[in-house]
Amino acid sequence: MDEELDSRKVNNSFLRDHNYATEADIISTVEFNSTGELLATGDKGGRVVVFQREQESKNQPHRRGEYNVYSTFQSHEPEFDYLKSLEIEEKINKIRWLPQQNAAYFLLSTNDKTVKLWKISERDKRPEGYNLKDEDGRVRDPSTITALRVPVLRPMDLMVEATPRRVFSNAHTYHINSISVNSDYETYMSTDDLRINLWNLEITNRSFNIVDIKPANMEELTEVITAAEFHPNHCNTFVYSSSKGSLRLCDMRAAALCDNHSKFFEEPEDPNNRSFFSEIISSISDVKFSHSGRYLMTRDYLTVKVWDLNMESKPLETYQVHDYLRSKMCSLYENDCIFDKFECVWNGTDSVLMTGSYNNFFRMFDRNTKRDVTLEASRENSKPRAILKPRKVCMGGKRRKDEISVDSLDFSKKILHTAWHPSENIIAVAATNNLYIFQDKVN
Amino acid sequence: MDISGQAKRIMVQALSKMYSSRTQRGGLRLHRSLLLTLVMKSARDIYHSARLVSEKEEQCARLVSTTKDLTQKEESIDTTSTEVSGIPVALCALATRSSEGVQRSKNESDPTVQNARETRVDKENCSPPRPDRHSRKRRGKTATEPDFLPCKKAKMDSGEVRRILHDATLRSNSGNCGREMDTLSTTHMLRTVVTC
Repeated sequence: MDEELDSRKVNNSFLRDHNYATEADIISTVEFNSTGELLATGDKGGRVVVFQREQESKNQPHRRGEYNVYSTFQSHEPEFDYLKSLEIEEKINKIRWLPQQNAAYFLLSTNDKTVKLWKISERDKRPEGYNLKDEDGRVRDPSTITALRVPVLRPMDLMVEATPRRVFSNAHTYHINSISVNSDYETYMSTDDLRINLWNLEITNRSFNIVDIKPANMEELTEVITAAEFHPNHCNTFVYSSSKGSLRLCDMRAAALCDNHSKFFEEPEDPNNRSFFSEIISSISDVKFSHSGRYLMTRDYLTVKVWDLNMESKPLETYQVHDYLRSKMCSLYENDCIFDKFECVWNGTDSVLMTGSYNNFFRMFDRNTKRDVTLEASRENSKPRAILKPRKVCMGGKRRKDEISVDSLDFSKKILHTAWHPSENIIAVAATNNLYIFQDKVN
Repeated sequence: MDISGQAKRIMVQALSKMYSSRTQRGGLRLHRSLLLTLVMKSARDIYHSARLVSEKEEQCARLVSTTKDLTQKEESIDTTSTEVSGIPVALCALATRSSEGVQRSKNESDPTVQNARETRVDKENCSPPRPDRHSRKRRGKTATEPDFLPCKKAKMDSGEVRRILHDATLRSNSGNCGREMDTLSTTHMLRTVVTC
């Protein structure tokens, strides 16, 4: 796929060189809204930056809908849990947009403990001509008022304001790893390591626990929940993934507590591939329903798998993301990279999968043609409007020109978060503190 | 690197990662702690099974030296026919079982069907399999700390430890009475507490 590069550096730190980025600027989540008009990013510093796509204009056809900063706000602040003497990080773990129902935009953002509903609205008119206040806002002395007038709305410079409308807190003992909005647009769920809670978007002081895998004796703990998502069309169905590499599909109509799954997806382990780190690399880091709702995609450390909801015994398709890392497990364990949690995304038609890797590489897999490509998100190798060149990693032996050897990969440059526009071929790739937006080539 | 050395290194790193995660911002991460515990358990099981293999090898070697003629033929047949119930299979079998199960499977395995190439006797790090099996302390997320790790408690002398463990064995309810008592070492229990 030929791609155009339109890079936006989202870095408010004093030092411009991205090698010295402050940790607060590291992007921790990326999400398009349901129309693709808006793109939200969350970072480790608790900020949310929302980009809006420009309207396409006839005057500048080559600037085909670029994304510009629309709103920036501080979603979460660092907190302190006095009871447990623990600091609660402000890092935004996930952002999920609500479907648009009026002129304002709504999104849910969460850190480790608290989910917040934000309203992003525009203001382009201002009332003028108050009776009790003058134009500066100072209160007028009532005795000086001799006549009454009706305030009128006058146009002003566009202002985008973000206001927190709901705060959903105190429902999670463990760290929240996912949120998912239900297709009924009334409820959503928040997931931590051991429990899943169901919320009504209007009610903040109560939530319902729908999954609880905490054992009576914590020393018997063998698996945790790593991600969860509602089915895109069936409001009673959701899926959650575990650290053991299994998926459980649950139906909320069956029982109030969905500890018993309706379907259980797990691939038997290949005994030939057994190693010290088998448990770590089989842990699922992300699960996504396809837009059709027919398939599930999971990401573990080395592979992306597509599952058919009707077949529980094994995945439909397995794609190797970076199998050359299999021989490097010891060093990846030493430098903690083996614990990295990569996300995965579907394209709008469920025909292409995308996920990140190291060295600022990201991979795309075409399910129909079975072709895959490795691309790099970096400023050194790309200029605006340039076409992205496919990259290749060589395992060993003779290294061809333009290939990179496994040993020279930079494991500090990892792409964990990516997003795909819901209907067009526009992708957003977060590389540490930089956000890259790629579009299809304009013919 | 041989398997037992690798397992040792992995265990050491898992412990240091667990220690450092206590001071991490945001509190203890349950998922990460769980994965580290699983890695440590499987590394520990593999380490001890490698220990056992090397001990069996030693016994086998002694057997060969004492009864030369007959066993020489047997040995050559055994080593050539070996399908290697070696480390990879041991990994599958042992890593998924509890420590009691490990002991049972070790007793059941045929000591002569081993790959002679795989292990060498590592006298420096000789330690018995799972002495904490006889301890009445709860297990789960706790880890047995092998003797090569620095420990905070003062080491008891081996005679004292021998006596204590022997008493514990007599009181033990683990059901593994057939353990040899002559390969004790001064190992210490490390309790990894995951507070949530």
